[in-house]
Amino acid sequence: MWGDFSAEMIKLLKRPANWLLLAVALLLALLFTYVIPYAGYKGGTGGPTAGRGLADVLPANLVGNSIGGLPVFLGAIMVILGVLSVGGEYGWNTWKTVLAQRPSRLSVYAGKIAVLMVAALTVVLAMFVTGLAASLVIASVENQSLALPSAKDLVVGVGAGWLLAGMWTSFGVLLAVLLRGVALALGLGLVWLLAVQNLLALLAAPLLDWIAQAQKGLPGPNAGSLAAALGSGSDTPGVDALVGGGQAAIVLTAYLLGFLIVGAVELRRRDIL
Amino acid sequence: MEPIVTRGLTKRYGELAAVADLDLNVRAGEVYGFLGPNGAGKTTTLRMLLGLIRPTAGEIRLYGRPPGELRDVGALIEGPAFYPYLSGRDNLRVMARHARVSDRRVDVVLDMVDLTGRSHDRYANYSLGMKQRLGVAAALLKDPRLLILDEPTNGLDPAGMADMRAMVRQLGADGRTVLISSHLLGEVEQICDRVGVLAHGCLVSEGTVSDLRGTADLRVVATPLDKAAAYARDLLGADAVSLADGGLRLTVAPERAAEINASLVSAGLRVSEVRMVERDLEQAFFELTGGESRVG
Repeated sequence: MWGDFSAEMIKLLKRPANWLLLAVALLLALLFTYVIPYAGYKGGTGGPTAGRGLADVLPANLVGNSIGGLPVFLGAIMVILGVLSVGGEYGWNTWKTVLAQRPSRLSVYAGKIAVLMVAALTVVLAMFVTGLAASLVIASVENQSLALPSAKDLVVGVGAGWLLAGMWTSFGVLLAVLLRGVALALGLGLVWLLAVQNLLALLAAPLLDWIAQAQKGLPGPNAGSLAAALGSGSDTPGVDALVGGGQAAIVLTAYLLGFLIVGAVELRRRDIL
Repeated sequence: MEPIVTRGLTKRYGELAAVADLDLNVRAGEVYGFLGPNGAGKTTTLRMLLGLIRPTAGEIRLYGRPPGELRDVGALIEGPAFYPYLSGRDNLRVMARHARVSDRRVDVVLDMVDLTGRSHDRYANYSLGMKQRLGVAAALLKDPRLLILDEPTNGLDPAGMADMRAMVRQLGADGRTVLISSHLLGEVEQICDRVGVLAHGCLVSEGTVSDLRGTADLRVVATPLDKAAAYARDLLGADAVSLADGGLRLTVAPERAAEINASLVSAGLRVSEVRMVERDLEQAFFELTGGESRVG
C-alpha cells in the first residue's frame, strides 16, 4: 500500500495539469469570493454581488467563504482531478504497465484514492489560507475586525470542505472507471455538475414536487446544504439550505463511500484491455 | 518448476473464442517464440498470463502458482505505455514503487538498456526505440526469472531491431526464461529456442524452429523432365514428387541424394542438379495458419 501511495504521489505532484487546476481553483475562489464582492462594495457597480456588503468578506466569514465554491465550480475542478487521475491510466494504457509490476488492483486503487484525498484536503486548506490572507488584507485596509471564527468552527469547516471536495473527486474517479477514459467522463461529469443540477433546481423542482423531494437525496443539493449550514452565502451558485447540515453530511459521506466502492468493484471486475 | 503452464486456457467474447483450449508449456531458461497472425489470440493469452484479462475457462500456472503477485515475472505488453509528463527515470521510479523494489534498481535497469544518458528527458520526447527500451527496463525492475515481451521490435528501425534482438538474446543467455511474441519470422528464427504457433486462438504447432520447418526436400533438375518425373514417381511414390521452378521437388531424406542421382542416371536421364532445399519458415507458417498472409 505504501509503495502504491508513494508512486501515486509522484504522479500527482509531477503532473503540471494538477498544479494548473489548483491555481485555477485559487484564482476563481479569490476572484469571486473576495475581489469582485469587495470591488462591488467599493465601486458600487450595482452587480449581483455588490450588495453582499463588507461584512461578507471579513475574516469572521472565512469558513463559509472558503467552502462556498465547492458545491459547483470548485466541485467541478475536483471532478476534473478525479477523472484525470484515473482516466489517464486508461488513456495512456498505463494500467497494464502498473499492474504488470504487481497486479493487486485494489492496492493500486487504494493508493490512488489515498493520494487524491490528500490532494482534496490540500485544496481545501489552500482555500482557507488564501481566503484568510485576502480577508485579513481587506479587514486591515477597511479598519475592520480581524477576529477569526473559533478553532472548532475552523476544524468543522475544513472537515466539511474536505468531505465536499472528496465526494466530487470520487465522483470523477467513478466516472473514469466506468467510462474507461478521460474525455467522456470529464464531459458527462461537468454536464451533470454544471448543467443538469441547475436545470433540476431551477426548472424541474418548482414544477414537479417529486423532483423537489428527490433533490434532497442528490449530491449537489446536499453539498449546497452543507455549505449553507456552515455560513456560505445563499447567493453563491449551488448553495441552498434544502436539508440540514447534519443530514447533508451523512448523505455526502454515503455518496463518497458509494462512489469509491462501486469504482473499486468495477476496476477489479473488468478486464484491462 | 516450469515457468509457464496453461491447461485448457480459453477466453470467449460472446460467441467468439479469442483463445480456445490452449495448452502451453514454456520451459525454464528457454527463449520461446509466440507466433500467429493478427487476431490469433497472442496478446489475449499474454494478458491472461499477467492477470489483466480473466480467462473464461482453464488454468494458468506461473512457476507452479496461479497468477498473483507476479514476483518473478516482468512484462512488456503491446508496446510501452508510460506517463508522458514524467521523465524516463521518474517513470521507472513510479514502477519501482509499485513493484516494491528500491530506487537503486532503477539505475541498474537504465544502464542495462543503455538509457542512463537520456533518463532525465521527458518520456514524451523519447524516440520509439527509446520507449521500447524503457519498456524492457520496466519489465526488468524486479530482476524477474520470466520475461514476457509482446512484439518488442514493433515499429523499430533496423538498427533498433538489431539492438532489441541482441538484448533479448543476452537476457536469455543470462538464464532468464523469455516468452516473446514477434511479427518477424526471421527474428524468431534467430533468437528462439522453441516456437509455438497460434491460429484462431488454438496452438497449431509447437517445437523448435527446425521442427516447424520439417525435413528438407531435394531439388533435382534432369532432362527430359517429364520422363524424370515419371521415373521419380515410380521410385518414390506420386506424393513425394512435384514440379517446381523447372525441376523436381522430392520429399525425401536429403541423405538419399546420391542414390536417387545414380538411379536417374542409370535410367538414361541427364541430371544437371541435385541439391537439398530447406523449407522456408514463412511457408511453414502459412501452411500451419491456413495461409493467412499477415503475421502479428
